[in-house]
Amino acid sequence: MTQKVSTKKSGSFLETVVALTRKQFFIPIAALTILVLFNLIMDPSFFAIKLGTNSNGDPVLSGYLITILNNASELVILAIGMTLVTSASGGQDISVGSTIAIAGSVILRILCNRPITVANMLFAFLVAAIVSMIFGAFNGVLVAYFKIQPMIATLILFTAGRSIAAWINNNTLPVINDPTFAYFGNFIPGIPVPTPFFIAAICVIIITLVLKFTTLGLYSQAVGINPSSSRLNGIDPAKVKLITYIILGLCVAVVGLIKVSRISTINYSVVAKDIEMDAILAVALGGNSLGGGKFNMASSIMGAYIIQFLTTTLFKFKVESTALPAYKAIVVIILVVLSAPVVREKMSAFWKKVTSKSAKEAA
Amino acid sequence: MAKNAKATAVTAPKPSLAKRVRNMSDTNLLLTITITVFVLMYLSAILFLGSGFLKPQMFLNILNENAALIILSCAMSLVMITGGIDISVGTMTALVCMSCAVHLDYKGGNVFTALLIALAIGVGYGLVQGYLVAYLNIQPFIVSLAGMFFAKGATTIVNATQFNVENAQFQALKSKRIYVPGLGSTNKHGIYIPAYVEIGVIVALLVVIGLFVFLRWTKMGRSFYAVGGNAANASLLGINVKLTKFTAHMMCSVIASIGGFVYFMHVGSGSPSHAAGAEMNAIASSIIGGTMLSGGVGNIAGTFFGVLSLSTIKNIVSALGFDEAWWTNITVAAMLCLFLVIQSIVLKRKTNK
Repeated sequence: MTQKVSTKKSGSFLETVVALTRKQFFIPIAALTILVLFNLIMDPSFFAIKLGTNSNGDPVLSGYLITILNNASELVILAIGMTLVTSASGGQDISVGSTIAIAGSVILRILCNRPITVANMLFAFLVAAIVSMIFGAFNGVLVAYFKIQPMIATLILFTAGRSIAAWINNNTLPVINDPTFAYFGNFIPGIPVPTPFFIAAICVIIITLVLKFTTLGLYSQAVGINPSSSRLNGIDPAKVKLITYIILGLCVAVVGLIKVSRISTINYSVVAKDIEMDAILAVALGGNSLGGGKFNMASSIMGAYIIQFLTTTLFKFKVESTALPAYKAIVVIILVVLSAPVVREKMSAFWKKVTSKSAKEAA
Repeated sequence: MAKNAKATAVTAPKPSLAKRVRNMSDTNLLLTITITVFVLMYLSAILFLGSGFLKPQMFLNILNENAALIILSCAMSLVMITGGIDISVGTMTALVCMSCAVHLDYKGGNVFTALLIALAIGVGYGLVQGYLVAYLNIQPFIVSLAGMFFAKGATTIVNATQFNVENAQFQALKSKRIYVPGLGSTNKHGIYIPAYVEIGVIVALLVVIGLFVFLRWTKMGRSFYAVGGNAANASLLGINVKLTKFTAHMMCSVIASIGGFVYFMHVGSGSPSHAAGAEMNAIASSIIGGTMLSGGVGNIAGTFFGVLSLSTIKNIVSALGFDEAWWTNITVAAMLCLFLVIQSIVLKRKTNK
């Protein structure tokens, strides 16, 4: 009798597990759990956080977790914009890396001849934001009004972007020596948590509020699922797509500010290289369809942190930075295979078989 | 009534140009645009930039430089026609170069086994990517993105630094020149210099012709278009959609590995930075050649002219004296933009008729 009860319990437990795997946030949470467990078993010191002082005598937190929070910031901000673009237009913007170079270049161009004051930095950021929103709008117009596939339309800026960035500064590399400018990418004296984390947090809060109090999320999902039926319901699909690209442009400007602030200068051909691929990956790891439609912003953001978690873990185990992509690729393939609907169906069918078998045996 | 019938009977065999254009299939229309633009561009280069472009060797050098890109672009077109994409071809080329280079110089292998290694990489990539895309229904972009990352990392795992291959057999193959009769020119000392192409060009032309025939006249080739145009309808017509997609990715990877070997023969070295961004150039060439990412539309001949147009515009830019690297990128991007807009307008008009 007791045996029967226990098998029944395990059966229902398995069923809940199977039901859980169908949820969208299952993959990112499972991936995060596996990574955390792996690090706990291999070396628990991974999670140690130390409060030390930097060369200026200011208190700073250090440790792998802080590195993750710090370095994932750019990816988180980009993932926000990329999720919206993916949802509305059913494609991805591969020009974000190049546009980050442009935004960074604009900021440096404006600041290198001016004193570093709050007003000037604000002015530089605003100009960079406008410039990258214009480039975003360029992509958006090609996608929304000329009906070109997003990846191809953004291929134009992907090719030309870094060249335009170099052209803005006449191919020179301006360096800003004022330590105030480095606050955005490093630490503000007295605050031990890196600034990029706060910037990312602010962006996340803003987008949460926007999604909660405006129709942006609803409209972009409607347009992504079926443009013609949303048009019949009074939504202009082209306009919604254009707006998502402009929002991504704004995200790019914020990332550009962080990127140039981190090193106080810019390298046109290296800055934010391949970040577009990581941003798209973040969206995909979050369980969002790259074909557009429904999205879950929280899982995209979690996807961004997972990518950084993975990168930092690999770094900790002394994987060469050049060889890193190979390991990343293997993990990505495992994750996407596990999250593929075909595989999930097969897995749940397999679970059912196992549970029914065990139930029969018990009987 | 009779008069009307007679009129249509007279006009039917000779429709007006506009009508003929309107009745063309998307594939042929885009192909015509590409070839026209290429010819116009080359003619204007000859007219305005002088005799440099008139020499046959100038044209053959474009082929020599871009033989690998032609092959990679053809591979890309294949998957794009079926509605997929493969962005791993560029870094796969680097992986092929590095593996072959290490095999030839450090492991004492010969050219034939090096070629086998290249093909093995291609087959391996094709199997994995094809299976994931076709049978597990994972988005091709993500699959090939992982493939791209993998090749990038694997190249540096094989060998992290650049080195030139010194294998004698390979050097002989690399420097082999095939002279084209009747196209040579005399230099200012009056010595006749025959025009030549490298072996890679012959391979590239064979690939172009082979794939052109394959896509136009074989059953599998036609089903590529059907699957890319509308997979559900293709399935109703009795086409094995999964097998077709798998074949497309398999062919793409294998042909790309041949392209990688041709690239290796051209540069003669292994380096992690080889063929950087080649996947994007291949996509751009396919687009200029009239292949559409949405699938179902495209032509290998167009892709061939797409590569030629892309490299001709690069040559024109450097001949005009804009030597800074950024001008090339900006012109290429502008050209891509122009072509995309033309295509989108042309296709919109057709659907509105």
